[in-house]
Amino acid sequence: MYGFEPTDEQRMLVEAVQRFAAKEMRPVAHDADEAGELPPALIEKGWELGLLQASIPEGYGGFGERSAVTGVLAAEELGWGDLSAALAVLAPNAFALTVLTAGTEEQKLQLIPPVIGAEWKPFVAAFVEPDFDFYPGEMRTSAAVQNGGYVLNGVKALVPYAERAQSFLVFAAQDGSIQAFVVPAGAPGLTIAAREKLLGLQAIPTYRLQLEDVKVEARLGGEQGMLFDPILASSQVAVAGLAVGLSRGAFEYARDYAKEREAFGGPIAQKQSIAFTLADMAIEVEAIRLLVWEAAWMLDAAKDEAAKAAYLALTGAADMAMMVTDRAVQILGGHGYIREHPVERWMRNARGVASYVGLAMV
Amino acid sequence: MISFEMPNSIRKTVTLMQTVAENMMRPVSRHFDECEHEIPWDYINFTHEALKAMGGGTLAPSEGNGRPKEADAPKRPSLAYQRLAFSAEVLSWGDAGLYLCTPAGMLGAAAVQATGTPEQKQRFLSRYRGDKPVFDAMAMTETHAGSEMPSATRTTAIREGDQWVLNGEKIFVTAGRKALVDSPGFVVVWATVDPGAGRAGVKPFVVEAGTPGCSVTKQEHKLGIRASDTVSIVLQDCRVPLDNILGSAEVQTKTEEGFKGAMATFDASRPLVAASALGIARAALELLKECLERGGVHIRYGLPRSRMTNLEREVVEMEIMLRSSWLLVLKAVWMMDERQPNNLEASMSKVRAGDMVVRITQRAVELLGPLGISREQLLEKWLRDAKINDLYEGTGQINRLIVARRILNYSRHELS
Repeated sequence: MYGFEPTDEQRMLVEAVQRFAAKEMRPVAHDADEAGELPPALIEKGWELGLLQASIPEGYGGFGERSAVTGVLAAEELGWGDLSAALAVLAPNAFALTVLTAGTEEQKLQLIPPVIGAEWKPFVAAFVEPDFDFYPGEMRTSAAVQNGGYVLNGVKALVPYAERAQSFLVFAAQDGSIQAFVVPAGAPGLTIAAREKLLGLQAIPTYRLQLEDVKVEARLGGEQGMLFDPILASSQVAVAGLAVGLSRGAFEYARDYAKEREAFGGPIAQKQSIAFTLADMAIEVEAIRLLVWEAAWMLDAAKDEAAKAAYLALTGAADMAMMVTDRAVQILGGHGYIREHPVERWMRNARGVASYVGLAMV
Repeated sequence: MISFEMPNSIRKTVTLMQTVAENMMRPVSRHFDECEHEIPWDYINFTHEALKAMGGGTLAPSEGNGRPKEADAPKRPSLAYQRLAFSAEVLSWGDAGLYLCTPAGMLGAAAVQATGTPEQKQRFLSRYRGDKPVFDAMAMTETHAGSEMPSATRTTAIREGDQWVLNGEKIFVTAGRKALVDSPGFVVVWATVDPGAGRAGVKPFVVEAGTPGCSVTKQEHKLGIRASDTVSIVLQDCRVPLDNILGSAEVQTKTEEGFKGAMATFDASRPLVAASALGIARAALELLKECLERGGVHIRYGLPRSRMTNLEREVVEMEIMLRSSWLLVLKAVWMMDERQPNNLEASMSKVRAGDMVVRITQRAVELLGPLGISREQLLEKWLRDAKINDLYEGTGQINRLIVARRILNYSRHELS
């Protein structure tokens, strides 16, 4: 049966996240972007929503069951609030949910509980690499077997909170497949470079990581290792969900502005060139939202086509987000270019959407 | 609950329609494109029998068309419009022109379904279960008024005793010839009962085949969907019974409720047009991918743009456009079945599908070069067929206007 309505439980969660987004994220997003940091209290409040804990079964210290659909519904609201803060709140997800998916029983019991305590802690994933043609399926960071353990070499980018991180989950290619390795902060051979300077995401500190013969004892999943596709897909739909929320916010802002702003004797929203642009924005947001929902649903239902659907959803979401945020700036005209309005920030944040894979997971 | 699991009964419908599309439509697709005004009786008679055998005799929702409801109808949520959307998609994948020749109740029947009384539904819709295939049509457009028809119509309906007397000319009536000349069908004609009242005076009237004073005067030559006839209808002192008006005869200038009620037909039909559009788009995309495969081009999904070839980018983008547009359609018809207001969603699906089918077919033709423009393939035909979906049932512009009014919460006076 087809269905397009969240369950009551999902609706309650979405409302809680929406409240947080509207009351906590939005008011500080501008200053956080300018200052280059998020108020620690904001991340704590976001953590108190318990989104990650609700995705982890009781046996590993959580209190719920993982659902990609629920995850993207929450992600949309967080993305609507502020992408930097959303990625900060969700940073430990990529760590913990990868372990939950791919870890051995022992690894899950050992690695997950410290991440999902009462306090937000920067357990983060090191996923992206600083190459123009970065492709998750063929990472250049490598892992080689040595003396019963592994040696990691390579460079990672967009690693959030690396300077404060307690532990990294490093994704690397090993014998033709992508595997994940837990690297503690301060491991010999691990260097954290200066903070990255980016077009968007300016409120969340991200870093490059250099790995030179970094030795680790085990990989995630032990002997069996890790199946990468579901991990990647989960991250793709999470980022796509964030992009939908970000875009919805930009559409709403442009719509409200167009109804207020007067030119030639009336609100500019009464001009077809503006009204039709807004209509196209609304249609794109809705179309891609459904595409993301479907991909998430396929992941939950473990459908064969889920990996492809997640890829298409993220690709579609990245294009949609750019189109919608760009038009939002355009509708505000010169005002859209001024940093007092959030649309330029949203446009900067949207441009990187396709590159944020690995920074969030549902 | 959010779910994208296809119900089994719809899966069965799709399988059946796919067989029809592959065997009864594709083989004759080119023929009926080239022989424009020939009627595809084989397809019509076959589908008429097939639909009767399926029990409904009509693709129109079964409820209220003179037939008892399915026994399990109250227990299960309705899938009627969802099933219609899937049927429209698959049959249009077969051939969009032939799809419009399906003797199963099209726009006229939809109007009766949406706004008729139980007696009217019995009178007008029971004919679909007869021995012979029957057609219906909707006559709205006039020579001087397309999208503006409601407020600018010149076709009049004057009450004389227990009859309405209709006068005027309608153009671009899809399947009008089959409805009035080739079968004992009917046309729903929009006419004003009060030319001074503007939109509020415009009402739909059922004019049955064989009614004196109603004649088909012209059959158009079109860019595409050539298997489907498009005609002009002249009404000259055409008298129909008083009860042939759909909805109230009262002119409600203040509230416009009557008019809006009549317009609700479009909330049902627009997603189905969108579904038809996407059937063509899927056909084009599948053919494109087949040709590329044969040429040794395999689409590598999952790559970043920087590693893709242009062909791969095109195909990936088309798949995104197609699937996301289809989900808009699915949501719009799901809302119909759930009896939720779907005016916004219906127009959204129509705008996106109209855009996408045009873009996808045009790009596919371009990418296949000499093969794309060759009439030995069906692709160039699909490009021509595609465009109608951005035009009828409200042009892309009109549907954008509806979407814009909805999202801005503007009346038609505030945004026109």
